[in-house]
Amino acid sequence: MSNTKYILGSFADPDEMMHGIDKLQANNISIYDCFTPMPIHGIEAKLGVRPSRLPIAAFCFGALGTTLGFSLLYYTMAYDWPMNIGGKPSFGMPNFVPVTFEVTILLCALGMVATFFFRNHLFPGRTPRVMDLRATDDRFILAVDAKENTDHALIDSLLKEAGAVEVKYNDRKYVSYE
Amino acid sequence: MGTHSHHHDYNFNERYEFAGKAKMFSIIAVVLGVAAVAIGLLSGDHVTVERTYANLLLMGYYFTCVCAAGTFFVALQYVTQSAWSAGLVRIPQAMASVLPIASLILLVIVGLGLTTHNLYHHWNADGITDPHSTNFDPIIAGKSAYLNVPFFLIRQVVFMGTYSIFAVIFAKLSYKEDLEGGLTSYKKSFKLSAIFLVIFGFTTPIWSFDTVMSLEAHWFSTMFGWYNFAAMWVSGISCITIIVVVLKKAGYMNWVNENHLHDLGKLMFGFSIFWTYVWFAQFMLIWYSNIPEETVYFYKRWEPEYKPWFWLSIIINFVAPLLLLVDRDAKRKQNVMLFVAILLLAGHWLDYYIMIMPGTVAEHRGFGIIEIGTALGFLGLFIFLVMSKLSKQALVPKNHPFLDESLHHQI
Repeated sequence: MSNTKYILGSFADPDEMMHGIDKLQANNISIYDCFTPMPIHGIEAKLGVRPSRLPIAAFCFGALGTTLGFSLLYYTMAYDWPMNIGGKPSFGMPNFVPVTFEVTILLCALGMVATFFFRNHLFPGRTPRVMDLRATDDRFILAVDAKENTDHALIDSLLKEAGAVEVKYNDRKYVSYE
Repeated sequence: MGTHSHHHDYNFNERYEFAGKAKMFSIIAVVLGVAAVAIGLLSGDHVTVERTYANLLLMGYYFTCVCAAGTFFVALQYVTQSAWSAGLVRIPQAMASVLPIASLILLVIVGLGLTTHNLYHHWNADGITDPHSTNFDPIIAGKSAYLNVPFFLIRQVVFMGTYSIFAVIFAKLSYKEDLEGGLTSYKKSFKLSAIFLVIFGFTTPIWSFDTVMSLEAHWFSTMFGWYNFAAMWVSGISCITIIVVVLKKAGYMNWVNENHLHDLGKLMFGFSIFWTYVWFAQFMLIWYSNIPEETVYFYKRWEPEYKPWFWLSIIINFVAPLLLLVDRDAKRKQNVMLFVAILLLAGHWLDYYIMIMPGTVAEHRGFGIIEIGTALGFLGLFIFLVMSKLSKQALVPKNHPFLDESLHHQI
C-alpha cells in the first residue's frame, strides 16, 4: 500500500479541468476538492458544493448590530443622561435610525469578514495551507482522495485523458510551509 | 459546463407578436381612461376638474418617468459595458422609444394645467409678483426669476426634448447594429450614453423640482430630486421585470433565465432601499430641524386624510421589497418577481399621489373613478405603445458585442 494521500491532476485549461470532473464523476470517483486561480461559473453546482451559509452569519451579525446600536442609543440618549436637544423627545425614533443603521452595517460587514477568515483559516500569523502552489497562479487542480479511491491507475489515466498536464501523488496533504 | 461547450438553439430573429387579447385590453383601457378623464373635465365642478388635472399630472409624470428610466437603463448598460443585460435590453429600448410621445403628453398636461390655472396656481396667479396686488406673495416674487411661466415651459421642453432625442438615437443605433454588425454602433452609443448620463443626472432633479415640487412653491428640498429619481428608477426596473416575466410566460425570450431575473431583482431590492434612504433623509432632516417653512410639507401629509396612505407608501415601497426580495431564491422566481414588481408599481403610484395631491386638491382628494380611470388609461397606453414598439424589431440585439456573455450569465 502506497503512502499517497492525494492525487492531484494539474490542468492548464479550465475547460479541460471541467472535462476531467465529468470523467471522474462518470467513473464514480469522488473529488475531494478543486483549486482554481479564478472563479469558474457553474463549478459549485457540478461538484455539488452546497451554497455558502455566509448570508446566515451576515444576518446574525446584522441583527446583533441593530440590537447593540439601538441599546447604545437608548442607554445614552434616553436612560442614563437624557438631554433636551431642540425640544425633541429623548426617546425619539427618527434620530435613532441613522446610528442603528450604521452599526448594523458595520457589524454585518466586519462579522462577515471575520466569519470568512475563520472558516478559511486565514487569520493573521497562520500560514496559508495550499495543496498545490500553482493553483494560485496558472494551474487548475483537481484533488482526489487516494485512500478513498484505490484504483490509482484509472484515476491517472482519466486525468491524463481529460488533458491533465501533470498528475502528482502527494504523501502530504498540504505542500505549503508548515 | 465549460464556457464554450454549450450550444444553444436560440432564435435571435424572434419577434414579439402584439395582437389578440393583450392588444384589445390595452385599447379598452385607453378608452376607459379617456372616458374617465372626459367625465372629470366636463363635470363643470371646479374641484373635480382640478382633481382630474392632478391625476393627469400624476400619471403623465409617472409614464414619462418610466420611459425615461428605460432610457437611463439603456445608457447605463452602455457606459458600464454591461453584459448581463444584452439579452433583454430591447425592452428598456422599447420603453425609451416611447419617451417622445410620453413627453409630449406630459407637456400638454402641464401646459393646459398652467393656462387653465388647474395646476401650479400656487406660483402662477394674477398679480402674485406685483407688490400692489392683493394676490402678492413675497416668497413667490422672490423665486419668480426662476419660477415663471415662459422659463418653466422652456425648461420642460428642453429637458424632455433632450432625453427624447437621446432615447431615439440609442434605439436607432441598436437597430443599425442588427443590420450592419461591427462595433461602430456600440462605440457611438457608449460615447452618447456617457454624455446623456451627465445631462440626465444634473437635469432630472431640476425637472422634478419643476414638475412636482413647484406645486407647493413655498416649500423646497434639495433631496426631492434624488427622491424622485429613486422612485423613477425603481418603477422603471419594475416595468422591465414585468415585461420580461410576461414575455417569458408567453414563451418568448428563452435566453433570459433566472440569473438575469436575479440581477433585476437585486436592482429592484437595492433601489427600493435607496428610495427609502433618500425619503428618510429628507424626512429626518426636516423633522429634526423643525422649521415651520419646511415642516409644512409633512404637516399636510400627516392630516387625517393622508396619514394612512403616507404610511402605506412606506410599507409597500420599503418593507414589502425588503422582506419579499431579501432571499436569493425569491429573486430568481418569476412569480415572486412579478408580484413584487406589480406591488412596487402600485406603491410608486401611491408615492406620487402623496407628492402631488396635498399640493393640488388637498382635502378634496379622492380615490374613485377618476383616479382608477386615469391610471388604467395610462397603463393601457403604456402597454399599447411599448409592446407595439417591441413587436417592430427582433427581441434581442443579435449583433450586440456582449450578447454571448449575456447568454452565459451566471450568478
